[in-house]
Amino acid sequence: MTGSALETSNLCKSFGALKVADNISLRLAQGARHALIGPNGAGKTTLVQLLSGVLRPDAGKISLMGEDITLSSQRHRVKRGLVRTFQVTSLFRGLTVLENVFLATSEHSGVSRQMIRAAGAHRELLSWTETIIEQLGLADDMHRKIAEIAYGRQRLVEIAIALSLEPKILLLDEPAAGIPTKEVSILLDAVEHLPNDITILMIEHDMHVVRRFATKVTVLVNGAVLLSGSPHDVMSSGEVRTVYLGQSGHARFASGADDA
Amino acid sequence: MQELLSISSFIILYGVSYGVVLFTISIGLVVMMGLMRVINLAHGAFAALGGYVAASLMNQLSIPFFIAVPLAVVGVALFSVIVERLFYVHLYTATDLDQVLLTVGLAFVAVAGLNFIFGPNVFPARLPEILTFNINFGIRQFQAYRLFLIVDGAVLFVILWYVFDRTGFGARLRAAVDNRTMAQAIGINVPKLFSIVFALGSGLAALGGAIGFAILPLEPLYPFKYLVIVLIVVSLSGFGSIKSAAAVAIFIGVVDTGCRYLFPGIGAFIIYAILISLIIHKHTGIVVRRRA
Amino acid sequence: MKFQSELLERHRFRPIEAVYWVLLVMAVFVFSDYLAIAATVVIMCLFALSLDLVLGFAGIVTLGHAAYFGVGAYTASLLALGGLHEAITGATLAGLTAAAVALVLGPFVLLLDGLPLIMVTMAIGAIFYEAANKASWLTGGDDGLRGFDFAPLLGIFQWSIYGYTAYLYSLSWLFVLFLLTRRVVGSPFGVALQGIRENRARMRLIGAPVVGHLVRAYVLSAFIAGIAGAIYAQINQFVSLEVLSIDTSVDVVVMLVLGGIGQLYGGLIGAPVYVLVKHFAAQWNPYNWMFIIGALLIVAVRFGRGGLLGFLSTATEWLLRHWRKPTGGAP
Repeated sequence: MTGSALETSNLCKSFGALKVADNISLRLAQGARHALIGPNGAGKTTLVQLLSGVLRPDAGKISLMGEDITLSSQRHRVKRGLVRTFQVTSLFRGLTVLENVFLATSEHSGVSRQMIRAAGAHRELLSWTETIIEQLGLADDMHRKIAEIAYGRQRLVEIAIALSLEPKILLLDEPAAGIPTKEVSILLDAVEHLPNDITILMIEHDMHVVRRFATKVTVLVNGAVLLSGSPHDVMSSGEVRTVYLGQSGHARFASGADDA
Repeated sequence: MQELLSISSFIILYGVSYGVVLFTISIGLVVMMGLMRVINLAHGAFAALGGYVAASLMNQLSIPFFIAVPLAVVGVALFSVIVERLFYVHLYTATDLDQVLLTVGLAFVAVAGLNFIFGPNVFPARLPEILTFNINFGIRQFQAYRLFLIVDGAVLFVILWYVFDRTGFGARLRAAVDNRTMAQAIGINVPKLFSIVFALGSGLAALGGAIGFAILPLEPLYPFKYLVIVLIVVSLSGFGSIKSAAAVAIFIGVVDTGCRYLFPGIGAFIIYAILISLIIHKHTGIVVRRRA
Repeated sequence: MKFQSELLERHRFRPIEAVYWVLLVMAVFVFSDYLAIAATVVIMCLFALSLDLVLGFAGIVTLGHAAYFGVGAYTASLLALGGLHEAITGATLAGLTAAAVALVLGPFVLLLDGLPLIMVTMAIGAIFYEAANKASWLTGGDDGLRGFDFAPLLGIFQWSIYGYTAYLYSLSWLFVLFLLTRRVVGSPFGVALQGIRENRARMRLIGAPVVGHLVRAYVLSAFIAGIAGAIYAQINQFVSLEVLSIDTSVDVVVMLVLGGIGQLYGGLIGAPVYVLVKHFAAQWNPYNWMFIIGALLIVAVRFGRGGLLGFLSTATEWLLRHWRKPTGGAP
């Protein structure tokens, strides 16, 4: 238990007869770059929901830095440093990038309780906000409205907001989903430059992203863990290829025909 | 003992008949809110209109009660379709606040209109002779009218239950209430359904206003006077649930009558206090209004 | 350092605002015969401002705000009857009382949203009305309270039947509380409120104590509404049940919407329009003003994004654009 940032043991969840989480045991070390993959419907998003507190498990345990958070509220988990981003962006579309991130930084720092001094006068807070935005390469878009910037960059704002909450553990739920291929590198650069002391669990379909980002990969199928290991081990595993690509796909992949 | 029986039978009979009127007026709104998710604060106007039209038909054209009422209902239902196409279509995707404001505006206009057409005083309307007889139950005497209302309510409930639970239309309606986009995706003509439901709901309100005019007198401010209590019934019923709407309406009718009778000083108080606690109890937590 | 952020720049004064306040002060000279109704207008502006804070900025739809107006009115009256003849203190205490009530009710009421919230606010308004009605030993019931008066304001200004003191007193309160509201709206707290109004669930996910923030806004708003009610009672030297009625609650919502919500000046423009329309139309036929207001509401919702203020600003933009065109290009 010691030394792990986030750990689950035998996590179970069912909706009626459908078992969406089947004895999932997962361990994230501090500073890990961990990817979670699996076919659609494997239960990846459900796992993220269990971890972030949107869903309560039927059985099993979740611990964060040694603390048992299995039954804790979402808000508590956020306060303890467990932050997630979303599959579908739900930013404030009419507000600018700066304003969106400001909402998060002001909330996290407690400055949102301030009722008298003008928002624009809180210099320190604003510069911290700007720093985060710059960290993700969004400086040019700082004063543009969310609705006006490229989709790939909107996803980066999501991550910026997550960073505002000073996470210790970041759950990235399919960050590359919907981003045109040529914009994916922007995302990858940003993710690569995230501070090393943050532990990251990324859910992804895009194998290029996984290969570049992850040091450890877990494969989820039908709610259960199929395999866990280094990216190389997982991708050369016959079982995994069968699950993803079917028998005929297996052969094609093995020949390297699909590699860019 | 005799006294106790007399009082309780009074409260129950009067309360239930009052509850029936409330149910009839409110059920349309319950279904509309369940289906279209529109907060319609002008609903009472249709009830008022139903009552006024029925009363006018009886007064001016000497049409008997039992014919005037259905005529009024149909008339108001048809009229409501026009109103729906003109104003309500725009509200289906609007914010809560916009819905409240537009429908309040409509209610204001309705009140001014009612005053303009029918005058500012309580509109004279008489029950047909046959309903004014008193029936003696041994313990107490009751107006036949009250019994008529209760029987009416039971019949209406059965009809509505049958339509919703047993017919194809009802199934489509329940599907659309549950998940609008999905319903559209499987070919249910949702806009048409909305219009039909709106007409139905407004027609039912008109029915309530027409048969209930002896309990809820007709005056220009009618739409606002009974708005609060109708909304209370609606917000305590599950959206789109006929059974719970009936139960809630009867409950409120009985409690309201009982409180006014037994605790005349603070009767209204108790109602509001109970209702606030019930609403808070029922709705606390994240209430998700699916905008499917 | 000027940020290109509207949200973070709310505290900045725009020159055109001075026009509004100058007009209000000039009214003393121009409308010296109508200062009584002018004072009522100013009070309604203040009441509408308080509502803007909760409705326009926090997104709390309430049809029961008259409860706080009424609590303020009755508190001020009772204090005066009890011997407190200093108006400013009386009004402040009345405001604090209203705020205290909001502090008790807020944490429960603000857990709700949508129709249930509207319902509960209406019901609370109704309860207060009934309570005041029944407690006639305290509130005078249908007859209301009267027979109280005040010492000269700040020791100098006498209260006269001409109403100068009353009008300037109300106007001063409006100005001071307006500045306060403006500060709050421009603060990080105000920005957070905006976030809550736009997407409550999202704010929760970034760890915002949504209900906590809402309660603060609600309490502050009640404080201002309470003062508005207090001033109302003070300058009329009379208070009755109508200050607690649902009519008053609906009136103030309509006023605010007509002027434009969430823009601070909305209520300050909508209130005069509403009060004056009601005053003049009602003299003709009590129901006519309902028709006009109803029609205005319908138009406002269907077409007017931002009420009268929104309309004025779009009209001004349009005018400026067409004005500039002829002088634009080369001859």
